[in-house]
Amino acid sequence: MKWKWNGLVAATLIMGLLAGCGNGGTSTTTGASGSGGSSSGKVIKIATQSPLSGGSSIQGEAIRLGAQMSLEDHKEEFTKLGYSLELVPYDDQGDPKKGVANAEQIGADQAVLGVIGHLNSGVSIPSSVVYEKYNIPMISPASTATEFTDRKLKVANRVVARDDFQGPAAANYAVKTVGAKKIFVIQDKTAYGQGLAEAFRDEAQKLGATIVGYEGITVGEKDFNGVLNIAATQNPDFIFFGGLYAEGGLIIKQARDKGITAPIMGGDALDSSGLVEVAGPDVKGALYSSVAGEIAKMEGGPEWGARYQKAFGKAPEGYSAYAYDSMTIMLDAIKKTVESNKGEMPTREAVRDAVRATKDFKGIATEVTFDDKGDNSFAKVYIYEFKGDTYPGELVSEVSQ
Amino acid sequence: MFATILQTLPQVLIDGLALGAIYAVVALGYTMVYGILELINFAHGEIFMTGAFVGTAVLFLFQGMGLTGGLPPWISYVLILFVAMMVTGALGVGIERVAYRPLRKAPKLISLISAFGVSFVLQDLVRFIAELKTGNYIVSVPQLFEGRFSLSFSSMSAALGNATVKTNTVFIFIVAIVLMVGLDIFVNRTKWGGAMRAVAQDRETASLMSINVNKVILLTFFIGSALGGSTGVLFAQQYGTIDPYIGFILGLKAFTAAVLGGIGNIRGAMFGGVVIGVLEMFASANLGLMTGGNFGAEYKDVFAFAILIVVLIFKPEGLFGKAVKEKV
Repeated sequence: MKWKWNGLVAATLIMGLLAGCGNGGTSTTTGASGSGGSSSGKVIKIATQSPLSGGSSIQGEAIRLGAQMSLEDHKEEFTKLGYSLELVPYDDQGDPKKGVANAEQIGADQAVLGVIGHLNSGVSIPSSVVYEKYNIPMISPASTATEFTDRKLKVANRVVARDDFQGPAAANYAVKTVGAKKIFVIQDKTAYGQGLAEAFRDEAQKLGATIVGYEGITVGEKDFNGVLNIAATQNPDFIFFGGLYAEGGLIIKQARDKGITAPIMGGDALDSSGLVEVAGPDVKGALYSSVAGEIAKMEGGPEWGARYQKAFGKAPEGYSAYAYDSMTIMLDAIKKTVESNKGEMPTREAVRDAVRATKDFKGIATEVTFDDKGDNSFAKVYIYEFKGDTYPGELVSEVSQ
Repeated sequence: MFATILQTLPQVLIDGLALGAIYAVVALGYTMVYGILELINFAHGEIFMTGAFVGTAVLFLFQGMGLTGGLPPWISYVLILFVAMMVTGALGVGIERVAYRPLRKAPKLISLISAFGVSFVLQDLVRFIAELKTGNYIVSVPQLFEGRFSLSFSSMSAALGNATVKTNTVFIFIVAIVLMVGLDIFVNRTKWGGAMRAVAQDRETASLMSINVNKVILLTFFIGSALGGSTGVLFAQQYGTIDPYIGFILGLKAFTAAVLGGIGNIRGAMFGGVVIGVLEMFASANLGLMTGGNFGAEYKDVFAFAILIVVLIFKPEGLFGKAVKEKV
């Protein structure tokens, strides 16, 4: 017994050591390539904050990689200006507490001029308060909750659509195109899920559909048979789920197991290959609204996608291109402020105002003009359907503001 | 209102019994260890979780070797259960040896803290290994039994609705019943079972009667943990996704089941598990209906635990606490 335990301890320690080395290795290489490019010591850091572990890590990783790709593309420009760029990825774990703690760390590092993130609205909202304190501009490629920009913070921007636009757009599609009359709504009690579900519910009612049920579930649970039993008795012809893909996938699967055949629709958080992994073949026929468009069909999109695939060895997720555009906007703004500051390191306030002043920016995924709240006037909502069990689904509708 | 409740009842009962069977078998692990050592082994939920991961890993291994195609699914299922039980059983024995035996003479609170420590280590160890292999610690489990069938209750009475049952649910019932009956016979009819009951009643006297107390305690941990691990496999097959944190909340509910049945009592734990499972499923299906939409399905745990509190107020020793004298 004793030697067994010793072995286990040793193995654990070795694994910890390896993990430590792994992290150390990557950070030194980014550091080296960052400083290797230029001879001057002036470093501009951009942080990304997204869940790199946990239930939304696929999307969080996509945000980091998209931002990283744009940063690498702009490295040379900045070298000419005498600056070296550096990406500092943070893992917010999809957890508001962790996001805020990271934000404090980011704020304390004077070299950080901007943040790309977060994925989850519930994390973006409290963290943005910290950024406001330090005047660090943030651009979220994914947060859709209305409250995020409604507080009129100077630092909070997003390139995607708002929930009070996404929810109604989804409801519109459900009622007018699918012809849903009896709709059952499930939400996961988070800022995102509940906000989206309520926006959907209110619009669907306005359009004349009946809401036959409105129930909540708990994030992290695996058994949703109770809620689905209620749904089964109401016999709805449409089910809407406001929540994340881990629960969404299980709900789709368990609903089909119960013999519920009504189409199931969700919001942009279902826009992930993870959904297909969890739901398996049952995902066929499921719908999701997304604030992310289909990259392959956009101008320059396929070439961009191929470059992404080559650089990181995996296909871009829905948010990858939005993170790429967010980073490009951020770097454009920094470049402008550097130039107007005669090549000196700009202040965070100047960068913040330059980001907000972005007009008619043409990115890979979207055009961007920030209004006075930080919302993007060009943001669109896209409706997708899974035609088979492969990600992504097929684009079936597109709604602009 | 009652018509609707009655309509869904068959389906709610089947889902509730499946969940309850899982709670019941996990609850056995808590109750056995408590019976012997008067220690609440809070790492037991994590042993359940480890079982789910070990089972899934073995399944992936089988698929990698192309064995699942050749074998009938139930044989691979039983093999996977067996491997998971052996691994988690050994894990339970290891935990006892490392985290509890050195503290056996210390106050009970100390070993409780040590139990929490073990749970954190297990959670993060499993998370680390899963992330290393798949890059994501939420693992999707391939299903051995894809089928489902419909039970026509409506032909018995028009007031009842039909129920859809997954083939895997039937397997859960079979495995749970085999394990529980097997354990009951083992504890009540065999020499080792007798030794276990003796140690539970009085450890010192039992050791004077030439019972090897340490061996009995190790055996208890082995059996309890193996039961927990096997349930992990059933759970992974039933719900299709596992993560390193499933053990916490499920362990808590199984522990509640053990308390409800009277902790230390094996038959009580089985009964308590089924009761908690059915109550939880019933609440999540009908709470909204019963309260006119004021409290939805999200309050199901509140409902289940409120029942527990009521029971404990009137019967603090649990439902079966005094009915049977001996612990274990």
